[in-house]
Amino acid sequence: MDLLNAFITLSNFVIIPAIAYGSQLALGALGVTLIYGILRFSNFAHGDTMAFGTMITILFTWWFQHMGLSLGPLPTAILALPFGIAGCALFVLLTDRAVYRFYRMQKAKPVILVIVSMGVMFIMNGVVRFIIGPDDHNFSDGERFIISARTFRDMTGLEEGLAIRTSTGITVVTAVVVVALLFWFLNKTRTGKSMRAYSDNEDLALLSGINPEKVVVVTWVIVAALATVAGTLYGLDKSFKAFTYFQLLLPIFASAIVGGLGSPVGAIAGGFVIAFSEVTITYAWKKVLVYALPDGMGPDGLVQLLSTDYKFAVSFIILLVVLLFRPTGLFKGKSV
Amino acid sequence: MNEMVKNTGLFAIVALLIVITGVMQSWNTALLILNMGLISAIMALGVNLQWGFAGLFNVGIMGFVALGGLASVLIAMPPTEGAWAAGGYGIVLGLLMGAATIVAAVLTYQRMPNSRARTLAMLAILTIGFFLYRAVYDPGVDAVESINPASTGNIGGLGLPILLSWPVGGLLAAGVAWIIGKTALGLRSDYLAIATLGIAEIIIAVMKNEDWLARGVKNVIGLPRPVPLEVDLQRDPEFVERAAGFGLDAVTASTIYVKLEYAALFAVVLVILLWMAQKALNSPWGRMMRAIRDNEVAAEAMGKDVTRRHLQIFILGSAICGIAGAMMTTLDGQLTPGTYQPLRFTFLVWVMVIVGGSGNNFGAVLGGFLIWFLWVQVEPIGLWLMSTLTSGMTDGALKTHLMDSAAHMRLFTMGLILLLVLRFSPRGLIPEK
Repeated sequence: MDLLNAFITLSNFVIIPAIAYGSQLALGALGVTLIYGILRFSNFAHGDTMAFGTMITILFTWWFQHMGLSLGPLPTAILALPFGIAGCALFVLLTDRAVYRFYRMQKAKPVILVIVSMGVMFIMNGVVRFIIGPDDHNFSDGERFIISARTFRDMTGLEEGLAIRTSTGITVVTAVVVVALLFWFLNKTRTGKSMRAYSDNEDLALLSGINPEKVVVVTWVIVAALATVAGTLYGLDKSFKAFTYFQLLLPIFASAIVGGLGSPVGAIAGGFVIAFSEVTITYAWKKVLVYALPDGMGPDGLVQLLSTDYKFAVSFIILLVVLLFRPTGLFKGKSV
Repeated sequence: MNEMVKNTGLFAIVALLIVITGVMQSWNTALLILNMGLISAIMALGVNLQWGFAGLFNVGIMGFVALGGLASVLIAMPPTEGAWAAGGYGIVLGLLMGAATIVAAVLTYQRMPNSRARTLAMLAILTIGFFLYRAVYDPGVDAVESINPASTGNIGGLGLPILLSWPVGGLLAAGVAWIIGKTALGLRSDYLAIATLGIAEIIIAVMKNEDWLARGVKNVIGLPRPVPLEVDLQRDPEFVERAAGFGLDAVTASTIYVKLEYAALFAVVLVILLWMAQKALNSPWGRMMRAIRDNEVAAEAMGKDVTRRHLQIFILGSAICGIAGAMMTTLDGQLTPGTYQPLRFTFLVWVMVIVGGSGNNFGAVLGGFLIWFLWVQVEPIGLWLMSTLTSGMTDGALKTHLMDSAAHMRLFTMGLILLLVLRFSPRGLIPEK
C-alpha cells in the first residue's frame, strides 16, 4: 500500500488533465451561456467561433515566429492572443450586423435564431477550412514542461512522476484571470450591470433607458474574447483541427446546461463537472488501485469503466440526468 | 393553377440541371447525383415530418441514417461461422442485463418514496448492474472479435435479401427514436436539439468502437446487392448486343444500367413515402399536428395529448431517415462509420428542408434534389472559379493554397444559401399552403 504514489499517479493522469480540460470547457460554456442569457438562443456556431479565433491567433503566432518574436519559455501564442480576440470580435460583430440583427428586430422565435446560427456555423467552418485547411496544426512552442516527470522524481525520490505541462499552467492561470475579469465586469461596471439587467428582464431594462444595441455589441465582443481564449488554450494543450472544435460543441453545451443556461457561475461549475466525469470514467484505474490497495489485492484488468472513445457518451449521460432531475441545471438557469 | 405551374417549373429546372450534368460531364455522374438526390429527398421528407409538421428540432439525423446502414449489414451479410456459439449469446445476455439494470433503477425511482434510501438503492443497482454487465458482455465480445479479425471479427448478419434491410433500418431507427423521445421530448426545443446532437454522436461512437457489431472502423465491404453486378452484365452477350444497339460500349452501358435500376428502386420508395406523407398532411391527423405546432397550449386545451403526438411523429420521421440510411448503404455497398459527419448528414438535410420549404412535402423533396446537386457541383464550380480568378497570378504558394482551398467552398456556399433563403424567402421555394 502506498497512498502517496497513488495520489501522485491520480494527480498526474486525472486531476491535472481534468482541471485543464475543465477550464477550457468552462470558458467555452461561459460564451454559450452569455449568448443564451442576453441574445436568447443556443448558438450552434460557438465551436466554429472558437476555431475562427484560434485560427487568427495561429496566423499571428506564425507571423511573430517568422519575425523572431517570442516570449521565451512561454508560447508565442500568448502574444498573438489579443490579435486573435480582435479578429474574432470583428468577424462576430460583422455576422451580427449582417445576419442576427435582422431577426432580433423581427423578434423571431429562438428556434429560428438557432437555425440561423446553423447557417453561420457552415460559413465559419467553410472560412476556417478555406484559410487554414482541415488538417492538424500544432502551434505550441517555448518550454514544454513546468515540471517534467523526471525532475519531479529526482526532487521527491518518489517512484511516480508528476508532470505539469506549460500549457496546463497557462490554461489555469489564464482561465482564472479571464473569469475574474468577467465577473468584475458583470458585477461592478455600469455596462456589466446593464447586461445583467437586460438578461433578467428585457422590457424593464429597455424602460430604464438601457441601449439594447450596445448591450448586444458588448456581449458579442466578450463572447468572441472568451471563445478565442478557450480555443487557443485548447489548441495549445492538444492541437488545432477545425473538426475537433466543431465537436467540442457537445461537451460545451453539456457544461452550460448542466450548470444552468444563462448562469455564468453555473457554466464554470458545469465545465468542471463534465471534464472530471469524462476523465475519471475513461481513465484506466489499474495503476492507482495497485498503489492504493494492500499488496496483492491490485486488480488484473485495466479497471477502465468506458473506453476513451465514449467520452461524448459521458457528457451526454450527465446532461440527460441533470435535465431529467433538475431541468434548470445545478445553478438556477433561465428557461425561456 | 399558377402555383402548380411554378412548382412543376422548379422541379423541371432541377431535372434540367441533372440532364445538363449528363451532357456536359458524364451520364454516370448525373445518375449518381440522381440516386443520392432520391435518398436525400427521402431524408428531407423525414425531417420535414418532424420539423415542418410538428416543429420538432431534431439535429440527430446522422445517427438515424447510420442506424439504417447498420441494419443493412445485420440483415444482408452472411453470418460469421461460429460467432454466435462463441460469444454472440453472451453479448446478447450482457446487453439484456444492462437493459434490466436500467429498468430496475427506473422502477426503484418510481416506486420508492423520495428519500436517501432511494438514491442509495438506485446507485447500488446501477453499480452492481454495470459490473455484472461487463462481466458477461466482455468475454463474449472478445470471443467474437477474435474470430478471423482480418476479414470478419463480428457476428455477421442474417444473410437475408438486402431489400429487407430498408424496412428493418426504419424499425431500428424507430426503436432508438422511441427511447430518445421518451426521455428528451418533454424538454424545451433547444434541449431536444442538444440531446439529439449528442445521441447521434454516441450512435456513431458505438458503431466505430463495437467491432463485434459491424467491424467498427475496419468497415464492412462487399454488401450483397439488389441489382446485378456490372461485370456479370459485361459478360452477358445479350446485354452487350443490346448496348451496342444503343451505340454504347459494354462497360459504360453496364454502369448506367445498374444505376438506373437503383434509381428505379429508390424512386418507388420515394413515391410511396411521398404519397403517405401527403395523405398524412391532409388528414385530420396532419391538421392536428399543425395545430399543435402552431399553438401547443390551445391544442392541449382541446384535449390533444401533445407529448404523445410529438413522440409519434418523432418516431415516424426518424424511421424514414433510417430507411434512407439503409438505402444509402445499399447503394454504396459498404458501411464506413468513419464517414458519418454531422455537417454532411444532419445539417445538410436541414438546409434541404429549409430551402425546399418546411411544412410542404414537395418542397422537402425539391430541396433534397437541389441541395444535393449543389453539394456535388459546387466543388468543380469552385475550382473553375478559383482557377479563373487566379489565372492572372504567378505560380506560387498563395495560388497553390487558393486552388487547394477551393474544395472547401461547399460548406461556405451551403451556409450562404441557408442564410439567404432564411432572410429573403423564409418559407422556402415551395411554401406551405
